[in-house]
Amino acid sequence: MAVTICTQEPLRKLLDNEPAIEVSGQTVSEAFNALRNRYPRFVERMLDEGGSVRRCVNVYVNEEDIRFLQNQQTRLRDGDEIRIIPSIAGG
Amino acid sequence: MDKQTGFMKALKCRECGREYPLAATHVCEFDFGPLEVAYDYDRIKASMTRSAIQSRSKNMWRYRELLPVAGEPTVGCEVGFTPLIKADRLAKRLGIRELWIKNDAVNYPTLSFKDRVVSVALSRAKELGFTTVACASTGNLANSVAANAASAGLKAYVFIPSDLELGKVLNSLVYGANVVGIKGHYDEVNRLCAEIAGKYNWAFVNVNMRPYYAEGSKSMGFEIIEQLGWKIPQHTIVPMASGSLLTKIHKSYQEMTKLGLVSDAEYSVHGAQPAGCSPISVAQKAGLDFFKPVKPNTIAKSLAIGTPADGFYALKVMKETGGAADDVTDDEIRDGIKLLAECEGIFTETAGGVTVGVAKKLIASGKIPANDSAVLCITGNGLKTLDALVGHVGHTREIRPSLREFEALIEAETKSPTAA
Repeated sequence: MAVTICTQEPLRKLLDNEPAIEVSGQTVSEAFNALRNRYPRFVERMLDEGGSVRRCVNVYVNEEDIRFLQNQQTRLRDGDEIRIIPSIAGG
Repeated sequence: MDKQTGFMKALKCRECGREYPLAATHVCEFDFGPLEVAYDYDRIKASMTRSAIQSRSKNMWRYRELLPVAGEPTVGCEVGFTPLIKADRLAKRLGIRELWIKNDAVNYPTLSFKDRVVSVALSRAKELGFTTVACASTGNLANSVAANAASAGLKAYVFIPSDLELGKVLNSLVYGANVVGIKGHYDEVNRLCAEIAGKYNWAFVNVNMRPYYAEGSKSMGFEIIEQLGWKIPQHTIVPMASGSLLTKIHKSYQEMTKLGLVSDAEYSVHGAQPAGCSPISVAQKAGLDFFKPVKPNTIAKSLAIGTPADGFYALKVMKETGGAADDVTDDEIRDGIKLLAECEGIFTETAGGVTVGVAKKLIASGKIPANDSAVLCITGNGLKTLDALVGHVGHTREIRPSLREFEALIEAETKSPTAA
């Protein structure tokens, strides 16, 4: 599956300021592995020692938080967008 | 005081402690953790004495050394110093020896505690050269950004879930702000705003300005201490949406202790959530230090954040201070609103009903002992969430302008008092 991964400033600089990175993978986890091959520093910082997404980072497939799907085992379809966004407060 | 930084030292990652310049940024580039303002407490201690504070105007800026602006504040200079009310009638109803209400339902200018965070965020945004400000909001923040931006001559964009209470929508539009309704819940609005913030060079108060913005909440805690006669309350009950306010109340107590402005004392900070959006209280009750995100479904829309960014830190504060959390149903929220109104003459919004309802549960269960003293943080005004009460607070009885009809009405009510 060809999917795109995107994030915002200031994290985008870790992805050479690319607005969207195309990778392939059947699941979010596989997409992260593909991203790691090109941007190891980014993925290592996003995940904790156990390989889980850090608690201060939210990951979405299209518009849905992966914690409401199957986390990193969430299956991907061609053209899906993975968004990586640091959690922000509000109210 | 340094003209560029005031009493601030740096932005510091709450996860790994790495430091960053005092710019409009909120994320650590090393572990993606949230940034927080670090202060020069030695210089603050020399400047911030009780007598210095007491000589200043009665607003939140009397604690300005501990608020993150470099120079004098320029937006929201009259915000804060809301009443702390001794609530004897409510104390009796809830079964506790002493109870106080910190009443931010009458905060200036938009009747919620959000004026505190917004005055800090917009003052700092002006220092950093921004001319457009923005926010993702469940309503109160939108009102406050719209009003304070108008008075400061800043352009404002506010993003809200499109199903918000009419009162909160009109309360943003009237100031001339650009109000964008998003067809989704707050967590979706927040995610979109994180993306927008990355594209436009705006001061997003709860995104790139968040490290400054969040610090404004501490002023509620500073005021509680001063208004109690320089004492930390034994128990403070705080409504939780993202969990940020609870962590900042705790921080305000710690800072005042560290600066010697108040004696070291044991205290507990408790958290309140609506049952229809209770990721933090559910985790606290289960003894977990992490939460499971939820899709909100509650009348307490100002607390309807299903993925609370400060949830982890709020859980940590409650654990460290021996605090507890609980949650209440929509009916219990309405009962809480009515109880506060009938006992103390204070009309709070749904979030305040949550706080009162949870206080009742924590006192009844003994988690807050009946012989202790507690402060309830009431953060918003009931006039903004009238929709939640329609059909639940009785109805008016109509008569013609005739004394005979009035007497008949009174007579009927005397015979069957339940009809009143």
